[in-house]
Amino acid sequence: MNVNAPKAQFRPNNKLALVDCDIHPRLRKPEDLKPYLSSRWWDTWQTYGLRKRHGFVKGHPYPKSQPGDGARRDAWPTNGDPAGSSLPLMQEQHLDYHGVDIGIMNPLWPGSGDQNLDLSAALASAHNDWQLDLWHAKEPRLRPSIVVPYEHVEASVAEIHKRAPNKAFCQVFLLSRTNEALGRRKYWPIYEAAVEHNLPIGIHVFGYSGIPISNSGWPSFYIEEMAEHGTACSALISSMIMEGLFERFPTLKVVMIEAGFGWVPSLGWRLDKHWQKMKGEVPHLKRPPSEYLKQNVYVTTQPIEEPEKPEYLVDLIDWIGWDRVMFASDYAHWDFDDPVFAVPPNWSEERRRKLRSENAMSVFRL
Amino acid sequence: MNLSDIRAVDCDVHPTVPSMQTLLPYLNDHWRETVIEREITTLDTISYPPLAPLTARADFRGENGRAGLDASEVGQQALDKWQADIAILNCLYGVQLVFNEDMAQAFARAVNDWVVKEWLDRDPRLRASIVVPLQNVEHAVDEIERCAVDKRFVQILVLCMGETPLGRRQFWPIYAAAERHNLPLGIHAGSAYRYPVTSLGWPTYYVEDYAAQSLGFQSQLASLVCEGVFVKFPKLKAVLIESGVTWLPGFVWRLSKFWRGVRAEIPWIDRSPNEIVRDHFRLTIQPLDTPDDPDIVARAIEHFQSDDMLLYSSDYPHWQFDGDEIMPPGIPAGLHRRILVDNPLATYPRLGL
Amino acid sequence: MAKHIVAAVKELPPGSRKLVEVNNRQIAVFNVNGEFHALGNRCPHEGGHLIDGKLVGLVESKMPGEYCYSRKDELVKCPWHGWEFDLRTGRAQCDPSRVRVRHYETAVVQGGEIDLDAPPKAAEVFPVRIEDDYVVVEV
Repeated sequence: MNVNAPKAQFRPNNKLALVDCDIHPRLRKPEDLKPYLSSRWWDTWQTYGLRKRHGFVKGHPYPKSQPGDGARRDAWPTNGDPAGSSLPLMQEQHLDYHGVDIGIMNPLWPGSGDQNLDLSAALASAHNDWQLDLWHAKEPRLRPSIVVPYEHVEASVAEIHKRAPNKAFCQVFLLSRTNEALGRRKYWPIYEAAVEHNLPIGIHVFGYSGIPISNSGWPSFYIEEMAEHGTACSALISSMIMEGLFERFPTLKVVMIEAGFGWVPSLGWRLDKHWQKMKGEVPHLKRPPSEYLKQNVYVTTQPIEEPEKPEYLVDLIDWIGWDRVMFASDYAHWDFDDPVFAVPPNWSEERRRKLRSENAMSVFRL
Repeated sequence: MNLSDIRAVDCDVHPTVPSMQTLLPYLNDHWRETVIEREITTLDTISYPPLAPLTARADFRGENGRAGLDASEVGQQALDKWQADIAILNCLYGVQLVFNEDMAQAFARAVNDWVVKEWLDRDPRLRASIVVPLQNVEHAVDEIERCAVDKRFVQILVLCMGETPLGRRQFWPIYAAAERHNLPLGIHAGSAYRYPVTSLGWPTYYVEDYAAQSLGFQSQLASLVCEGVFVKFPKLKAVLIESGVTWLPGFVWRLSKFWRGVRAEIPWIDRSPNEIVRDHFRLTIQPLDTPDDPDIVARAIEHFQSDDMLLYSSDYPHWQFDGDEIMPPGIPAGLHRRILVDNPLATYPRLGL
Repeated sequence: MAKHIVAAVKELPPGSRKLVEVNNRQIAVFNVNGEFHALGNRCPHEGGHLIDGKLVGLVESKMPGEYCYSRKDELVKCPWHGWEFDLRTGRAQCDPSRVRVRHYETAVVQGGEIDLDAPPKAAEVFPVRIEDDYVVVEV
């Protein structure tokens, strides 16, 4: 019979290992967190909702291009649960299908950056328990991140100390749009704790700082919001470098997640060029800014850059360094990347090996 | 001068307003008294602190540490020295920062009139951009109409960080006037300081502040493209002045990639932003944020996939390079003439009139 | 070009879709208001499966601020990156001259019209009943 309903097709096993640096597990429903929250914080959350720095009770100031906070249309479980909330579907559709050996969970959690710092701290801690119990315990390929209430630095530090002894946790997880640039000293205790436990800092784009996402005010469109992640992350990395964070913590590793990386080489060149003239203002920097970029900062592939000529992508990675770039899929979001597309087969095996797994194994000590 | 004899067109030279006293003759009685009585001593901005190293190259600074104070000084230091037969003046006095829109209008007129009388009238090689008070669109259009009569004004000048993204429709009468008078929209580094200069707040150091200027250009490029300004005004060109340059390909690839998936949000954009940007955007070459390795510079320039986009600038008196080598190493020799002459002439129709 | 029966019409009512495999090619078949459309299932960008895509209308514009909506449900939006493909041509809305997915002609035939002695491909194994109608894809 040559007409039939095709069965799920599995990709032929790729002989190279694969670490996915950006997987988004999602709450099936708020009640999943209830066991990990005191009645006070459960009630506050349910009664008053979140107080992030934008105006809508639900949804986003820039509505996304598809439902489920911008989920892949094919990642919804048939029972109607949210995309990304079903472990069996994630296993079948992503971990098995793409041959993911280790996947790092980056929960885009309700309560991140909340104005109510104590609520944010409670929700962060609850998400860490939730990652362990509902995901990692059932699927050891999935590794949790230490979610911290980054605007509440003291609570963030406590959470890092609490979770770090569990070696399943592989990074401290922040969002990019914070109330101040992440290089500012306010946040340094978080980095100090991370360094103490040898944990990288993973910074995923998004979050709400309340500050306009362009420095000329609020743009009109979602496409502009998306394009502005690179500018925010440029400011973020500039801040970390110029504040001297990497002089103070030379072993700190910062991983930029879902920020793209087309902006990285130019940023390094620009900072070097202008630092050269204005060193006098930042005497605490002992080396050109791009050297800190090359020593302390890593980037993930997704959403992969798509220049008009593929060789320009190779140029970008040549300039950033083949040991600085790590594969990420962003499952289950719409701008997901297939590992074979992001790290194409016509690149040398050595390069593919680095991007698919070796760089991440080293950064996250997997 | 025959156009074919032109050796270089310097598309970004900054006349420095020596002091508020200089502008008093160009203000009416009310605003002159206001300036004195309310002690408005300067509109210099923190984008260029007068003594910061970037603000003026050491060999251009006079006894008081300032540079570019009059037409003869600029004529010798920027035009004679680097063989520019035409130079475009972009005055960065902080008119755009003023909150009172009537005051902003008065200062814009004063600056433009001062540029005519004390610069354009004194050196025939000089051209200028029209400083417009974006605080009020009608005022901005009026100022364009008032100045455009003088063909030595060759573009309109705004800052890369303002109060509202430049693509928004409220600004469109300005672009209609620009198109009508063959004036490109010149967008220069600088901020009206309505918001923090980064989307993550106010940076600690000036060097971060200056580095963040290139982010402002990225936002404005996205806004102008996505809002459909070039659909409505197909003849309009935007010139990104003192933008840093090398950020552009990566940013536009990103915009183009997302556009393929979310184009229904902006359905008037019916071709890739990659193409729109190549057709409508131009960039001045200083600063050219590149490393020392000329091979990398050449690759970074190749990523533009266009020979038409780069325009020569010295950015005088800002300190962007040392010595007299005006063409950054690594730019292919075959592009030099285009950058120095052909592209500026094609971008600024009024230079050929 | 050979015709392949891929479904009985009553199995594929308006608003429904079916993924079929013909000669090792995966084909997404959609019924939009009683009209059948067939496209290759694999998005030429990163390989998302169009069978899982949302059907959308065509929004076009001549000028900023204008939104001309037409052809409801006649484009399929890739479930991954949202590229829209025209069900009638397979062309991508973002770059119609260069990007397309394979488009297949479809037809409806009555069971009684099918010549069982010289059957279309698949007919010998597809249970054909004279009283039913069938969707045919040309491959």
